[in-house]
Amino acid sequence: MFAVIQFPGSNDDRDTRFALKSVLGAPSELVWHKSVELPSDTRAVLLPGGFSYGDYLRCGAMGRFSPVMGAVKRFADAGGPVVGICNGFQILCEAGLLPGALLRNRDLHFICETVALRVERSDTIFTSRAAAGQRIHIPIKHGEGAWFAEPELLARVEERGQVLLRYCENPNGAVADVAGVMNEAGNVFGLMPHPEHAVEPALGGTDGLLILGSLVDAVTEGRK
Amino acid sequence: MSALREPEVDLALAREHGLTDEEWRNILEILGRTPTFSELGIFSVMWSEHCSYKSSKVHLKTLPVDGEHVLQGPGENAGAVAIGDGLAVIFKIESHNHPSYIEPRQGAATGVGGILRDIFTMGARPVASLDSIRFGPLDDARHRFLLRGVVDGIGGYGNSVGVATVGGETQFHPCYRGNILVNAFNLGVVEADKIFKARASGAGNPVIYAGSKTGRDGIHGASLLASAEFDDTTESKRPTVQVGDPFTEKCLIEACLELMKTDAVVGIQDMGAAGLTCSSFEMASNSGTGIEMDLDRVPQRAENMTPYELLLSESQERMLLVAQAGREDEVCEIFNRWDLDAVVVGRVTGDGRMRVRWHGETVVDIPVDPVARNSPELRRPTSEPRGLREQQKLDLTAVAPEEDPDEALEALLDTPNLGSKAWIWRQYDQLVQGNTVIGPGGDAALVRIKREDGSATDKAVALAVDCNPRFCALDPYVGAQAAVAEAARNVACTGARPLALTNCLNFGNPEKPEIMWQFAEAVRGMGDAARVLGTPVISGNVSLYNETDGQPIHPTPTIAMVGLLEPWERHAVAHFREAGRPVVLLGENREELGGSEWLALRRGVEGGAPPRVDLEAEARLHDLLGRAVRVGLVDVAHDVSDGGLAVALAECTFSAPDGAALGARIELDDGIRVDALLFGESTGRVVTTTDDPVGLLELAAEHAVPARAIGVTGGDRLRIGRPGGAPPWIDRPVSELRDVWAAALPRRLEVE
Repeated sequence: MFAVIQFPGSNDDRDTRFALKSVLGAPSELVWHKSVELPSDTRAVLLPGGFSYGDYLRCGAMGRFSPVMGAVKRFADAGGPVVGICNGFQILCEAGLLPGALLRNRDLHFICETVALRVERSDTIFTSRAAAGQRIHIPIKHGEGAWFAEPELLARVEERGQVLLRYCENPNGAVADVAGVMNEAGNVFGLMPHPEHAVEPALGGTDGLLILGSLVDAVTEGRK
Repeated sequence: MSALREPEVDLALAREHGLTDEEWRNILEILGRTPTFSELGIFSVMWSEHCSYKSSKVHLKTLPVDGEHVLQGPGENAGAVAIGDGLAVIFKIESHNHPSYIEPRQGAATGVGGILRDIFTMGARPVASLDSIRFGPLDDARHRFLLRGVVDGIGGYGNSVGVATVGGETQFHPCYRGNILVNAFNLGVVEADKIFKARASGAGNPVIYAGSKTGRDGIHGASLLASAEFDDTTESKRPTVQVGDPFTEKCLIEACLELMKTDAVVGIQDMGAAGLTCSSFEMASNSGTGIEMDLDRVPQRAENMTPYELLLSESQERMLLVAQAGREDEVCEIFNRWDLDAVVVGRVTGDGRMRVRWHGETVVDIPVDPVARNSPELRRPTSEPRGLREQQKLDLTAVAPEEDPDEALEALLDTPNLGSKAWIWRQYDQLVQGNTVIGPGGDAALVRIKREDGSATDKAVALAVDCNPRFCALDPYVGAQAAVAEAARNVACTGARPLALTNCLNFGNPEKPEIMWQFAEAVRGMGDAARVLGTPVISGNVSLYNETDGQPIHPTPTIAMVGLLEPWERHAVAHFREAGRPVVLLGENREELGGSEWLALRRGVEGGAPPRVDLEAEARLHDLLGRAVRVGLVDVAHDVSDGGLAVALAECTFSAPDGAALGARIELDDGIRVDALLFGESTGRVVTTTDDPVGLLELAAEHAVPARAIGVTGGDRLRIGRPGGAPPWIDRPVSELRDVWAAALPRRLEVE
């Protein structure tokens, strides 16, 4: 079962579940942010996009203090796959599960558009359905999506191959064109683009399935 | 306990509250005594133009509001239309003009918040927003500031609350220099048998207040701000603008939808204009009941608020609901789970009176019906503006013909009115909820319908919002017809069948007979068009007093049309898709230049009669489009409107969402003057492509719609000329035209 965390202000929680269930046939449950435990049959955790707690202090800054985040951290520490999309990525960075931080877009505007991305690796549980170097198209929609890391951290992240997605044309000022990054252990992944909004041919294409489908494959194979 | 100190209530104070002498006498008669200060406040907001529609009611009554699929017409928070299989859509458009001029970001944000509440109050999940916004020219720094602020407000609220903004319109004209327009539309989806209404039935049932705490913001927003002209005191009205909190709204949406799955709710109403007062009066009046309320229980965020302030505050994100007796705790628990306040503030009574207590004292005790229903209804005098007939006369022989059509096309594409609006809608989340088949930039947005359980259906709704204020200024009757016809045509261009409309009537000061004439004529035109096109008017909003220092805006009856397409997978788009496709023009090119963008831009004339609207022909055209898309004869359909045929063709070549460009070679031989042919704005025309021109022409003939092949798609140039060897009028690389069009807004906005 895929646990989709629902924070107050989560917006893409239903869309993420739609992609998992209706398109990929993977069972999912909404897990309320006040839960202190994940359901026992949780095989993967997704933190959806949105504006948790209104993003009033700083995006993701309040989300990390949600009771459920303790459970998510334990799940991740135990090697469970965790994916944060957009606001979920911001929360994972704030919670220290992923390196770097997400800053205000370079032009200070919210940007909603489909962008071209380059998949950097295909030997991870998040990108196995794609080929290394493949160019894919997935929409972004964020005001604070410019990934940032100090040079030393960036060098370390690059050296360990943690960057999985890069913008072909940088829309927001992210350092090194980073659109998605995973942790060192390779089981936590955060990305600004919304794969759940590219899962149907007539609604934005199906490149999002390369990401979400990889995760579903990993979970399915893990169970075998 | 502090005693209540309030001003002495008399005629002078009533006048300060915007009430007339006659209304004051009515109040004395209804009560049989002098009102308390709180009661005076209540009468002043309930009888304000904004809440009572006193100037417009007599005209609005003439509109067609019924249809076989209409589940709810005007009179509730929003209208509802059945879309089959037990589903319904609920929609409405509403203005937030005055507040947005004073404080653009908050004004626009709370406009979005308010319209969303109208939708989810009725049990529907809000799924798609449109915005119709109008400003003065962008060479005015104030209007650049206003545009930025309004866009920031719409995006800031809509993005955060998780409702996609899928389209809209943006226009610029000097008439909006003193009064911008911000009209916000939303549509929600609901199961047809689960629509909630503003009811307070069942004596003894608890009245529950839920959502944000009440503060001092927005007091008299409806009565003083929205119901008077702007003048040099306008700045001082800033405190009447409310402040929005989309995070609370998001929680309120989810809590309300969760609550409505139970059967604990009797009725529900959002606290919009005139806040607690308006919502409680409307609910009681709709049910023939009364309400007893204790203001001390109202959650408050400011200290020492008076009953007057508590009753009139327009603090945002608040709901009032009546629950089944005994189920208060269940209701409050759901709100509390979302960290929202919910408290029982009163009870429904059977005696038809509104009784409000504060600190143990009765501060309001008035009969509900005379306040809610017997509000004034005016028959304001009307008279045609002087000089209008003269302005409508346009001697085309005295208008110099366009000497350089190529340059004219480029100049038109470079205007803020015709240029790309991507700078605006790139700042809106167009995708959330995952249903956007066609987003901003097409003729109409196309939004797939999902059920509340998340399962997808094969239904989609097409949404468009339109008005050409220049046409309306020249002839409000024809202009309003043109707005309805264009909105329906845009919807039909996707292949959808237009179902029903909502309108936002933006006008000047109704106390002036010329303005009232414009209003009456526009309503008459809208009604006639809605009748012929079979699209009843199911909700709407009136915004009057859009005037500053005596200068009114152009009459602007904004029409938002909703259509149904099923199955949605087969639909048409507004940009060329494939090379080598024959281009077929539906409709007729007529020698009409009155009110056109070309005439204003190239000849500096805003005059002439607007183009004729043939409603019967429009209806046939829309039927044809629906049929042609359904059977797969048409895969591209783009309506010809502002800027005429040349602009429409140019848009077809470069407006693909992925930025792709595809040229076309067009040949026209109409025997009318070339500027009218290329840039005239005759109604009832659509550019299509087809892989079976013979089949399409046959089908068009069956529908008695004029149709002919005018060219073929392909290449990287747009070439428009006459048949034979003569040099073309227009011959340009599509990429060049696209660059001009794309830069129209950014190059004017990115100057500071």
